Amino acid sequence: MPKMTLSHMEVSLVFAVVCSIVMGIVSKRTNIDRIQYGLYTFGCFIVALFGLGWLMYLGHG
Amino acid sequence: MSTPAPRATSIPWIPLVGIAWLIPGAGHFLLKRTTRAILMFVCVLVSFLLGLMLRGAFFEPQYGDLFTTLIYCGGYIGNLASGAFYFISVWFGYNQPDVAGHVHDYGTKLLVAAGLMNLLAVVDTYEIATGKKE
Repeated sequence: MPKMTLSHMEVSLVFAVVCSIVMGIVSKRTNIDRIQYGLYTFGCFIVALFGLGWLMYLGHG
Repeated sequence: MSTPAPRATSIPWIPLVGIAWLIPGAGHFLLKRTTRAILMFVCVLVSFLLGLMLRGAFFEPQYGDLFTTLIYCGGYIGNLASGAFYFISVWFGYNQPDVAGHVHDYGTKLLVAAGLMNLLAVVDTYEIATGKKE
């Protein structure tokens, strides 16, 4: 198994993508709702990622 | 006009849930939800393979204070939830020690995340099989 190194940002993005797809699949009943919810979840992950990142950056002084 | 209630499948749910746990996406596939099955399989596989390539560690059950028990036993259950992926990697001798380092840590979290996503797929399979969901 090859070894690789990813940054926090890259891992977070991959996690956000796969998790949003799974959340979309299991949470809603119609395909259009699934796509919308998947995109919404992905957006929430990104907002949390950048929001918390900036919060920690600014809080750190 | 109201939407018709989803119908339960003729396949018994217990073996279906077992297969869904062992092979991610297989439950959806057997229930003829092919697109969802492929997406589930790919998502769990990507997360698991990245976890391995980042050299994440598998959790072993450990007991002590509440947090230790919760983290290590919970992590072990999360790893087991990946089904065949976990057993195959252990069988092939993957045994990464839990070492310090952020990249290893990302890998460990992705390995558990793969199991938890498969757990969601198993629950979804159960709901479809028992007619609670389409």
